[in-house]
Amino acid sequence: MSVDTALPPAASPADPDPTSAPRPEASQGSRVLRRLRRNPLALVSFAVLAVAIVVAVLAPWIAPYAPEQTDFANTLAPPGTAGHVLGTDDLGRDVLSRIILGSRASLEVAALAVFTALVIGVPLGLVAGYFRAADAVISRLTDLLLAFPFLILAVGFAAIRGASLGNAAVAIGIAQIPGVIRVVRSDALRLKGLDFVAAAVVDGASDLWVLRRHILPNATSVVLVQATVAIPAAILGEAVLSFLGLGIQPPSPSLGTMLANAQQFAARAPWAAVLPGVAIMVLALAFNVFGDSLRDALDPKASRR
Amino acid sequence: MRSYLLNRAWQSLVTLVLATVVVFLGVRALPGDPALALAGEDRTPEALAAIRERYGLDQPLPLQFWHFVSNAAHGDLGTSVRTGQSVNDMLRTALPVTLELSLLAIAIAVVLGVGAGVVAAVRRGRPAEWVANAFALLGLSVPHFWLGLIAILYLSVATGLFPASGFVPLGEDPVSNLHHVILPALILGTGLSAVIMRQTRSSMLDSLSTDYVRTAEAKGLRPSVVVRRHALRNSLIVVVTIVGLQLGGLISGAVVTEQIFGLPGFGKMTIDAVFQRDYPVIQAVVLVTATAYIVINFAVDLLYSIIDPRVRVTGEAS
Repeated sequence: MSVDTALPPAASPADPDPTSAPRPEASQGSRVLRRLRRNPLALVSFAVLAVAIVVAVLAPWIAPYAPEQTDFANTLAPPGTAGHVLGTDDLGRDVLSRIILGSRASLEVAALAVFTALVIGVPLGLVAGYFRAADAVISRLTDLLLAFPFLILAVGFAAIRGASLGNAAVAIGIAQIPGVIRVVRSDALRLKGLDFVAAAVVDGASDLWVLRRHILPNATSVVLVQATVAIPAAILGEAVLSFLGLGIQPPSPSLGTMLANAQQFAARAPWAAVLPGVAIMVLALAFNVFGDSLRDALDPKASRR
Repeated sequence: MRSYLLNRAWQSLVTLVLATVVVFLGVRALPGDPALALAGEDRTPEALAAIRERYGLDQPLPLQFWHFVSNAAHGDLGTSVRTGQSVNDMLRTALPVTLELSLLAIAIAVVLGVGAGVVAAVRRGRPAEWVANAFALLGLSVPHFWLGLIAILYLSVATGLFPASGFVPLGEDPVSNLHHVILPALILGTGLSAVIMRQTRSSMLDSLSTDYVRTAEAKGLRPSVVVRRHALRNSLIVVVTIVGLQLGGLISGAVVTEQIFGLPGFGKMTIDAVFQRDYPVIQAVVLVTATAYIVINFAVDLLYSIIDPRVRVTGEAS
């Protein structure tokens, strides 16, 4: 395999390279956008996500209180209390502020986890789909990863490296690698059989060139859809790990640790046990609904079946 | 058939060996001296030396690995450094609890998921499909441990309908046992059912558009018979695979559910071991989980190849 810059020169407008991949992105992209705009569920979920992401980014400035700030005059205040719209917990900490900062942490872990899964999973999936010899080895690796459920993996990580936001994210990300490998591999297998790839190979393009310039760009939509499935799963995973004490450590705000804490006084302050769960559900639901809409928009035939 | 089985058996064996290596190296990756971690509270030099000798930590790595494997193969999974109890004894009391919870949850998930999936496929484009799809999306998005907390709050603490925590062995009092396990199993099962529903729906839609279903309809069979005998029977193959693939999720879910409902199962044993830094137990738990996953998925593949002869020909369960 040679360095990719040494092989076929990039197509110039004057001399169209017949082996270069058809570029459906522009037209397909606008078609996908048009379909998304016509789907009310896609619009609503996208709006929820946009608000959630803006709030997460600006969290420290938006939250009415510092998340760790206690107010012992106002412990277990119900929602609607002056100054505490969603009430307070057992230490008088503002529930709304903690949900805002906790959602930020959830999205941070999810982004980190899915990034980890894609960075490792996409290249392995491409290679497994493209090279028959590598497929067997990568399949064993996938089987091996699958044998360690995410919670057991997180238990191992927490035991070896300690419980933290970063370790939780890495454990969740590793657990998501097999899913990424599977979908990318099957898409690479499909693309490999198409004419424009064969044409590139005949023209003398190196494997690396074909993978990078022809297969990877065309596999983008599959990767995108897989990411929208993986993000809500990672959000739920972070909540579980933090709830069990294997993720974000108190007093740092996390929706999972809020729920774990609220367990002790849930009967007296049900809002502290209900609201963080609602926040997790809204985040995950918005990603799942948007992911479904995106999949339908990318491949209308599959959904109409 | 035979070469397919041999191939799958060989693959499972390779995965099992790799998993064992990972677990073995994982414990050796502990920060600092593993003897310190294994010693727990008693950290006198004599105790540490004894630990090193007992666990063979003074021997070369390959030899240590050999001892680890041969002990595990003989069914000796080590001893808890906290309680001095053998891990085998701990598993003997914990595993039946988790097994009961999981089997009950799978049963609930299959009934709910297959039912909703069939309704969604048959009632295509009607309100029933919309409801079933919404149910599945919610099921994928709700944190189930939170659902468990809410259930305890409103069904156990407030009304006393169900016990909030604790466990009674099946052999002691079956009625009370079921009373303790049914709520956790429902929570765990609904989580699994969302995935099963989606797969059943898409697989049913495939089956319903095949020629043999059209033939069955054309020869005048009642729609309910066509759905049950022709379309559903072929879609069930997918369900078997999904349950196998969801096993990892089921194990993770069981750990959390047991923690919330205070069930003394495998999950609670796992979490307790992490917080007590009980390394031999953690090592055993991870090894047992990985082995169970590999063995059960091999069994699922066997089952699959018996149900669907095409698998044996193409050699791939897709």
